[in-house]
Amino acid sequence: MKKVDFRNIPSQLSLLLLALMLTFSTSLFSQGDPVAGKALFNANCAACHKLDKKATGPALRGVSEKHDAAWLYSWIKDSQAMIKAGDAKAVALFAENNNSVMTSFPALSDADIDNIIAYTNEPKPEPKVAVATATADGGSGGGVSNNIILGALALVFLLLVVMLFLVTGTLKKIAAANGVEVEEKQKGDSLWKAFAKNQFLVMVTSIVLILGSAYFAYGYLMQVGVDQGYAPVQPIHFSHKIHAGDNKIDCNFCHSSARKSKTSGIPSLNVCMNCHKNISEYNGEEDLANGYDKAFYDAEIAKLYEAVGWDATNQKYTGDTKPVKWARIHNLPDFAYFNHSQHVTVAGVDCQKCHGPVEEMEILEQFAPLTMGWCINCHRETNVVMEGNEYYEKIHEELSKKYGVDKLTIAQMGGLECGKCHY
Amino acid sequence: MASNKKYWKSVEELNENSSIVETLQQNEFVESIPTDEFLGDKETLEASSTTRRDFLKYVGFTTAAASLAACEGPVIKSIPYVVAPDEIVPGVANFYASTIADGFDFANVLVKTREGRPIKIERNDLSTSGGDVNARVHASVLTLYDNNRLTAPLVDGAEVSWAEFDTKVAQKMNEMTGKDVVLLTQTFASPSTSKLIKEFTAKYPNVRHVVYDTVSSSEALDAFQNKYGTRALADYDFSKAEVIVSVGADFLGDWQGGGFDSGYAKSRIPNNGKMSRHIQFEANMSLSGANADKRVPVKPSEQLKVLKALTGNGSVSDLSEAIQTAVANAKTQLKRAGNKGVVITGLPDVAAQTMALECNEGSVVMDTDKPRMMRQGNAAEVLRVMNGVISGAVKGMITVGVDPVYSFPNSAAFTEAYKKLEMSLAFSMKLSATAEVSQLVAATPHYLESWGDAQLKKGNFSLMQPTIRPLFNTRQFQDCLLQWTGNSTKYYDYIKDTWASVLGGSSWNNALEAGVFASTSEVEMEVAPSTEGHEEMESSTGHGALSAALQNGGLELTLYTKTAMGDGQQANNPWLQEMPDPISRASWDNYITVSKADAEAMGLENSHVANGGLNGSYVNVKMGDVVVEKVPVLIQPGQAKGSVGLALGYGKTAAIQEEMQTGVNAYALYNNFSEVQNVTLEKVAGEHEFACVQLHNTMMGRDIIRETSLEIFNTKDASVWNPMPMVSKDHQEIPVTSPDADLWESFDRSVGHHFNLSIDLNACTGCGACVIACHAENNVPVVGKDEIRKSRDMHWLRIDRYYSSVESFEGDVEKKENISGLGSSLSDFTAMEHPSDNPQVAFQPVMCQHCNHAPCETVCPVAATSHGRQGQNHMAYNRCVGTRYCANNCPYKVRRFNWFLYNENDEFDYHMNNDLGRMVLNPDVVVRSRGVMEKCSMCIQKTQLSILKAKRDGRPVKDSEFQTACSSACGTGAMVFGDINDHSSEVFEEKKNNRMYHLLESVGTEPNVFYHTKVRNSNEV
Repeated sequence: MKKVDFRNIPSQLSLLLLALMLTFSTSLFSQGDPVAGKALFNANCAACHKLDKKATGPALRGVSEKHDAAWLYSWIKDSQAMIKAGDAKAVALFAENNNSVMTSFPALSDADIDNIIAYTNEPKPEPKVAVATATADGGSGGGVSNNIILGALALVFLLLVVMLFLVTGTLKKIAAANGVEVEEKQKGDSLWKAFAKNQFLVMVTSIVLILGSAYFAYGYLMQVGVDQGYAPVQPIHFSHKIHAGDNKIDCNFCHSSARKSKTSGIPSLNVCMNCHKNISEYNGEEDLANGYDKAFYDAEIAKLYEAVGWDATNQKYTGDTKPVKWARIHNLPDFAYFNHSQHVTVAGVDCQKCHGPVEEMEILEQFAPLTMGWCINCHRETNVVMEGNEYYEKIHEELSKKYGVDKLTIAQMGGLECGKCHY
Repeated sequence: MASNKKYWKSVEELNENSSIVETLQQNEFVESIPTDEFLGDKETLEASSTTRRDFLKYVGFTTAAASLAACEGPVIKSIPYVVAPDEIVPGVANFYASTIADGFDFANVLVKTREGRPIKIERNDLSTSGGDVNARVHASVLTLYDNNRLTAPLVDGAEVSWAEFDTKVAQKMNEMTGKDVVLLTQTFASPSTSKLIKEFTAKYPNVRHVVYDTVSSSEALDAFQNKYGTRALADYDFSKAEVIVSVGADFLGDWQGGGFDSGYAKSRIPNNGKMSRHIQFEANMSLSGANADKRVPVKPSEQLKVLKALTGNGSVSDLSEAIQTAVANAKTQLKRAGNKGVVITGLPDVAAQTMALECNEGSVVMDTDKPRMMRQGNAAEVLRVMNGVISGAVKGMITVGVDPVYSFPNSAAFTEAYKKLEMSLAFSMKLSATAEVSQLVAATPHYLESWGDAQLKKGNFSLMQPTIRPLFNTRQFQDCLLQWTGNSTKYYDYIKDTWASVLGGSSWNNALEAGVFASTSEVEMEVAPSTEGHEEMESSTGHGALSAALQNGGLELTLYTKTAMGDGQQANNPWLQEMPDPISRASWDNYITVSKADAEAMGLENSHVANGGLNGSYVNVKMGDVVVEKVPVLIQPGQAKGSVGLALGYGKTAAIQEEMQTGVNAYALYNNFSEVQNVTLEKVAGEHEFACVQLHNTMMGRDIIRETSLEIFNTKDASVWNPMPMVSKDHQEIPVTSPDADLWESFDRSVGHHFNLSIDLNACTGCGACVIACHAENNVPVVGKDEIRKSRDMHWLRIDRYYSSVESFEGDVEKKENISGLGSSLSDFTAMEHPSDNPQVAFQPVMCQHCNHAPCETVCPVAATSHGRQGQNHMAYNRCVGTRYCANNCPYKVRRFNWFLYNENDEFDYHMNNDLGRMVLNPDVVVRSRGVMEKCSMCIQKTQLSILKAKRDGRPVKDSEFQTACSSACGTGAMVFGDINDHSSEVFEEKKNNRMYHLLESVGTEPNVFYHTKVRNSNEV
C-alpha cells in the first residue's frame, strides 16, 4: 500500500500546490475552514447542490469565482428578498434554475458561509484508479502458495509409489534368489463368473442398484420446479449489496408494502428517485474482478433515469417513461397463499430468514427452496410471538393449558392446516 | 359363385398385346416417380452436406434440446408502477362508496377494488335510501368488463374521435333547429343531470325531454302525482307492518324499484310471539307470493275486483268462494291492524293505484313525505313519442340509457321509422339494437367509470364516483351535454356546484366517502311535463282501460321481470344468465308460465328426459296481430287458472354474445306499456330443452325445511315443532347428537375461533343476491346452458325451492305419516312428488355445511379435504385427484366438480376466457383447474384476512368483522356469520335460539351451518 502512495506523490504534490495557489488567489474572501465547511455543506446544501454537477441547484465548486462574498452572504441568507429587490444577477440566476426557490438560511453566520465557500474551493480529487489495480495484484498471492503446497504433496506421493514398486522388485529378486515361489493370483473374470452364479448376490445387488437409482431419480424429480439459487439477469443491475449492505437501507424502506400487504411489492420508480434524484453517480467501492466499476454503476443509474424519464442535465422529468420489466425471482404457485404482513409485521420475522443475506448479494438470488416442506418445517419449529399482542391473549391462555406448554408453535396454533394457505 | 363380369378401364384393353396395358399392370403409378433421378444422381447427393444419418442426428438433437429447454421454468416478469398512486398498495383492497342508477336498479354500493380494478360490489351499510343491492347490482361489476362494449363514438358506423363527434353533433343540432327532437332518457333521479338537461333544452328549445322507464311504473307515478303533486312513488317500510295485503304487487321483486325486502324481513321474524301477516293475491307465482303466509291465485281481471273489495269500493260476490273468504279475512285483519296494515297493488291502472294510496292514508307503513324518485317515466308521453316517430312528426331522437328499438312494443314499425329520422343519436355502452340503427352513437362509460349523483328518495342524496379509469374511449352523457352547451366545466365540478346547496356547509369529501348524504334541502328535479297539458296525469292504461283490455276472453298474460335479468340491460352478463330463477330454478331462458289445468287443456307438457333434463312444449303467443313464436312452456304450480306469465328482458340479440342470446323478446307483448295483456296460446311442434337445476320439486314430507305455524310456535314447546332426531341404542332412545351415537371421535372446539353460519328461513326471501356475491368473491366459473342441463352447475351456494304437494307443508307431513302398506306408499308417494295447484313455497339456501363430522373427509383417498379447527371444512385443490368420492358421500350435495377447464377454454367462452372478463377475478382465491372438486370454503380468505388485520393491530377481532360473501350480501339479515366461541357475538345468540336446527340432523354430521325453523303466520282470521 505504501508503494502506491509514493507513486502518487508527484501528482498529489502538484495538486496541493495548485490548491494553495487557488486559495491564495481568492484572497478576497476571509479564510474559511474547509473541514467545518464540508460538514455544513452536507447538512444544509447537499440536498440540492453538488460540487461538480448540476443538481436542483447549480454546481458549487469555485462558486466564489462567480460571485463576490457580500452577494453570496445575502443570497444564501434570503435569496427571494434579493430577487424581489430586483438584483439583476439574482433574477438571472433564479431564471436559470427553473425558478426553483432556494431555501433561506438566515441562521448561517458569515463565518459559516466562509467555511462552506472554503470547502467548495477545494480542488477536485483525482480518481484513484491505481489503488484498485494494486489491490488486485496483491490478492492473488495466497492462491499461488496453496498450489505449491498441493504440488509438493503430489510429488511426495509419487515418490512413495515409485519407492513401493522398487521395494517390491527388490523383494522379488531376493525371493527368486532364495528359491521361494510366489503363487500366481487367479484371474479377475472368474470372480465375475462366481458373482454371476451366485443368484442371491445378484439379487441383492440389483435391489441395491434399483433402490439407489430410484433414490436419485426421486431426488432429481423433487427439485423440478424448485428454483433455489435462481438469479436471473435483471434489466437494471440493481445491487442489494450496495443499498441494503453498504448503505444500510432498511428493507421496508423500499419494500414498504411488506408491512401491510400480502406482497412485499417491488418499489415503484418514484421511490428510487427519492434518493437517486441526487445520487447520479456511484462513489463506493468497486469490484473490478467482476467488472463492477464506477462507470458500470453510473450506466445502471442512467438506465433508471431513462426508465423514469428523468433528464439529469436539465433536472426535469420528461414524462417519457419506460416501466422496468423485472424478472420475478420468488414465484409461489397460484394455489399457495402467502402473506408478507403476517410474517413481517405480526411475527416479526427477519426478511433474511427466508430471503437470505440479501445485503451481501450483488445479484439477488432465491435463497430458500420455497417448497411446502420448507414452510411446514418452519411452522413446526417456530414459536408464535404473542407478547404484547392482545389478539393472542385468550387463545394463548387456552392453548397453553391444553398442550401444557408455555410457548406455542405455529403448528399448535393450527398453522399446518391445509386451508390456511390453500384456498 | 365368382362373377364373370369384367370391368374395363380403357379401350386399350381390347388390344390384347397393348404395351400400355402391360405397363399399367406393372406400375402402380402411371407416371414414374422421380426417385431415381433424385437419389440416383450421385453428384447431387454427394454435393449435399446432409446425409440421412446427419438428418436423423439433427432431428434427435433438436427434439432433445426442445424438451430440455421446456424443463426450464418460464421467466415471469414483474412490472412495478413508475409513479405509484398513494392510495394503492398492491395486495390490499380499497373500498369506494358509489351508487348505481342505471334506470332500473338504484342502490348505494361499496365497490371493492384491487390494484385499481373493481372486483366486487357490496352493500353500503350507511344507506337509508331504500335501494336494494340485489343480484343484478352484485353482477354489475362484470358488465363493466363486457367484451362487447363500445370502444369509441361512432358516426354512421365508423369510429371517430370525440372532437369530430362534437362537430358532427353541433352541425346536426343546427340543422334540426325548429324541428321536434325528443331526448328520450332513462330515469336518472339525479339533481345535477336534471339541471343539465334543463340547460341543454334551454339552448336547443326544439329538444324536449321524455323519461322512459323500460319497465313502466307510470300508473303508480300518475296516481301519486295526482294525489300528492310530486312525480314519485310512495315508500313503504314493511318492518312496521302487521298486515300486508298485496294485490299483484311483487314487492320482494322489482315492484316500484324494489328494495323492500330488508324491511319486510324484519317484521317476519317472530318477536314476542308476533310477526306480520302477509296475504298475496296474484296471478304469477312471484317471490312475494312464495313468501306469503297466504297466497291466493287470482287472475289480473279479478285482482281489480279484489282490490276494490279490499278498499271498500266494490264486492267480490261473483268470484270463487275461496277468493271471497280470503278477501273477507284479509279485510278483517286489515281492519284489526289499523294503521299498521297496508294494501299495495301492482295493477297497471291509475284508478287501482289511487285506491291503494287512499286506503293506506294514515298507515305508518307508507311514507309519502319522502317518496322514491327511482322511477320517473311517463308511459303516455312515451307512447306519443313512439307514435310521433312512426307518423313522422318527430324528426330527431336522442336516446340515453334506453334501447327503444329493442323494447318498444311495435318494434318493427318503430325501427323502420327510426331509420328515417333526420337525426338519431344514441348514448349507449354497447352497440344496442337502437345504437345499431342510429346515425350517431356516443359511447358511454359504465357507472363504475363515471361521476354522478342521485336522489333515490326525497332527502336521501347519493354520489357516484369512478373506481377505475375509463377502459375505452368513452364519455358520459353529462360531460357531453356540458360540452354541447358550451360549458367548459367538468361534470365532477358541476356536481360539486349543485351539491353546494345540498351539503349546506357539510364536507364534500365526507359525503363522497360515505356515498350518501341526508339533507332536508329541496333540490329541484326536472319532471317532463305532459305536452297536452292535462291537469290530471292520465296514463294510456288509465281508468277502466285495464278491465277493457281484458274483456276479450283468452288468457290473461302478466309480464314480469326476473330476479336475474330485470329489464334486460345486463343480458350479456353470464353470471346473471346462469343464475337460476328463484321460483322455477331454470336458468338461461325465459318461458311462458302456465297453470297445470290450462296446460292439460291445451295439451302442453313438461317432462323429464333420460339425461336428467327438463323438456317443455312450445307455444306461439298471440296478441292481436302480434305473434311471439316458439315460446317454451313451463308448468308453474300456483299460476292462477286462466292466466299466464312471461318474463321481460330476454331475446336480445344486438351486441350480445351468441351463447347469451337466450329466450324470447316479451316486449313485443308490452302493449301500451301495460304488464297485463290478453293473449291466446297455440301449441306448436318441438320440445324445448330447459336448463333447470332442481327437478325434485317437493320435500315428500321429509325433515328438510322445518316449518311451523305461529300459533304452535307460540303455544307449544320447541320439542314439539323443532324436535331433535332420536336414534336407538341398546333399545334406548338417545338424541343423535349425543356422543354415544357418534361414529367420530370428538374434537375440542372451544379454543380459538369457531365459525358458524346462521340462516333464518323466516327472513330469507330467496332473492339470490348471495348466489352472485359468492360467484364474484370465489371466482366460481360459468359453465353454460348445456352443462347446467346436465346438472353440472358450479354454484357454491344454491337456494333450494320446495313446493308442498298438498295445500301446505304440514299437510305433506301428515300425508306421509298416514301412509301404510305397499299400495298406499306407492300411490301416495308418487302423488307427493307433484306440487299442488297452489302450493306453499319455501326457500332454503344450501352451501357446504362444514360438518364437524364430515362424511366427505373420511372418504378422500388423498386427504385433499380436511377439517380446520376453526370449523371450516378445507379443500386443497392442488391435492385433489378428482375421484369424486367426497361428492358421492356428501348428504347435502354441495360439492362441485370441474368436469372441464372452465377458464381460458374456447368451449366455455364466458368472462374467464377473455382478458377483459378475467379482470373481475378475485386475486385472493385460486382459479380451479379441470378435474378437481370445489365447494364453499366459508370464505376462508375473508376470515383469515379479518384475523390478520386484528393481529396486525394487536386487538381481538370484532364480531362484525367476520363475514362471508353471502352473509355480507344478505340485505334481509337472514344470514349471520360469526364466531360462536365469542359469546357476545350475534351468531352465538342465533345458535341459542329455540328455532335453531341443522339440516339432516339425523345423519349426525354436526354441521357448522344451521337454520332457523320457518314460522308461518297462518292465523286466518
